[in-house]
Amino acid sequence: MTALLEASSLAVSLGRRPVLDDVAFTLAPGETVGLVGPNGAGKTTLLRALAGVLKPVRGEVRLEGQPVGSLPHGHFAARVAYLPQGGGSYWAVPVRTLVMLGRLPHRERWSKPETADERAVDTALAATGVEHLAERPVTELSGGERARVLLARALAGEPQLLLADEPVSGLDPYHRLEVMEHLRALSQAGKAVVVVLHDLTLAARFCDRLVLLADGKVAASGPPEEVLTPQRLDSVYRVRAVLGRQGGEPFVVPWDRLGDKDDSSLAEGTG
Amino acid sequence: MRGWLLPSLALLVIAAFAGSLLVGPAGLAPLAVLDGLFGLRSETVVLVVQEIRLPRSLLAATIGATLGLAGAALQGYLRNPLAEPGLIGISGAAALGAVLTLYTGLSAAFSLALPIGGMAGAVCAVLLVQALAGRDAGTLSLILAGVAVTSFAAALTSLALNLAPSPFAALEIVFWLLGSLSGRSMEHVALAVPFMAIGWLLLASCARGLDALTLGEDAARSLGFDLRALRRRLILGTALSVGAATAVAGAIGFVGLVIPHLLRPLVGYRPGALLPVSALGGAVLLLLADMAVRVVTPGQELKLGVVTALIGAPFFFWLVVQSRREAT
Repeated sequence: MTALLEASSLAVSLGRRPVLDDVAFTLAPGETVGLVGPNGAGKTTLLRALAGVLKPVRGEVRLEGQPVGSLPHGHFAARVAYLPQGGGSYWAVPVRTLVMLGRLPHRERWSKPETADERAVDTALAATGVEHLAERPVTELSGGERARVLLARALAGEPQLLLADEPVSGLDPYHRLEVMEHLRALSQAGKAVVVVLHDLTLAARFCDRLVLLADGKVAASGPPEEVLTPQRLDSVYRVRAVLGRQGGEPFVVPWDRLGDKDDSSLAEGTG
Repeated sequence: MRGWLLPSLALLVIAAFAGSLLVGPAGLAPLAVLDGLFGLRSETVVLVVQEIRLPRSLLAATIGATLGLAGAALQGYLRNPLAEPGLIGISGAAALGAVLTLYTGLSAAFSLALPIGGMAGAVCAVLLVQALAGRDAGTLSLILAGVAVTSFAAALTSLALNLAPSPFAALEIVFWLLGSLSGRSMEHVALAVPFMAIGWLLLASCARGLDALTLGEDAARSLGFDLRALRRRLILGTALSVGAATAVAGAIGFVGLVIPHLLRPLVGYRPGALLPVSALGGAVLLLLADMAVRVVTPGQELKLGVVTALIGAPFFFWLVVQSRREAT
């Protein structure tokens, strides 16, 4: 079976600086994959490349086996939703208007929203529990409300695949869990999710598979407990962590910072 | 879109246009104006209405629409309510182009040199801004390039004034720079309106992309919008429409700032929906302002650009204070 989204020997540069080198990535329907790694490892860059926002220097991204560049215009946008990091709205548009923007790839030029568009927006607002905010200006919402509204915007396009960049950053524990549960519900409904996370416990609990990036390369990839081993936390993150299980699910609590030793086996420049 | 807004603005444009035809030093009765419009009165009346008042009203409406539309489009693109056609150097360079034709005497040699000079200035500004900001530039580098082009154009304009061959030439340049619609002919209309119309079409085609940009550049790209193509259309549309407008009327500021700001809440802050209403609103404002300069001081007519600046600059102060308050 073809992977839903796939990238091979991907190299991406920002300006002249190479950020990703020889990265491979696959994603199957119904799967939640977490992208983890220290700051500057290239998580956001990989997600942007997968979303088609950045053009790779080498390699290509394929959607169901088709190179993204060869797809008819608008086809990719209609099937893949991208939720950028720290997103928001530049204008004080009402929540419902903002969520409707997610329908743009499905709508004809100059046309008004159709019933199908309105229905998709209603469904997205209900799925993330923000129907009661529909008429409020986006700029007046709290962080947790805004995160859910932006998620609703991404869901309104009824994507097969959601790429979310740190959707829980800046949220309190309650809202972190809430957003992660929404993502899990999506993959249980047969959609695929790629999510960048810094919270390793959330990554271990909610993702089927993790891709650990270090210095623009894939350091490890596989089931969470195989990726987040003490050795890797040591060599990639340079922390010692408390690892354990609670109710059958893993947790990872970073505890000690390892000293700044000049050991060449440690990842360089990951600060 | 709230259904009543576009029709009522369109009615306002028609009313202001009619009002603008009725006002003038000749003191014609409304019926005489109507007859004159269709060539049914004495030669003098027909001349006043068709050759003096009609081009003036047409230019006020189309230039106002251009400034309102371009302001709304630039604000949507730059996601900054303080953006204005003047901001990316287009007005300044168009004014410089026109001043150069006055200075060199080209405009005296053949009258259409003035408008052509203005548009050439606008096109140069666009090319220079593009070159300075780079092909894939972000908002900040675009604004910086605009500031640089504006300052350079202003310096060259001052130089031309400084070296003006005679006080009369200097006075002519200054008066023209102030921005006015008096003494414009149907020739000016014929030269400017086609370019403005092409610019309007280009700007109107940006509406959906501007809506998507509400979410930021990455999200807009992921929704399937080619932002480089969007920027090309936006800059070319602004250059054609504002360049042509500045060429025939001089520098008329602040319409593109005030109008989108006032109308934005009425369209639910949607940048795309703001475009058509800002065009109509700009037309109304400039028609009214141009009536005001004729009515308030009939003896020594105020310059239109002076009036819009007198209204617009305090409004700009207020906007800056407002945005500072929001930031804290």
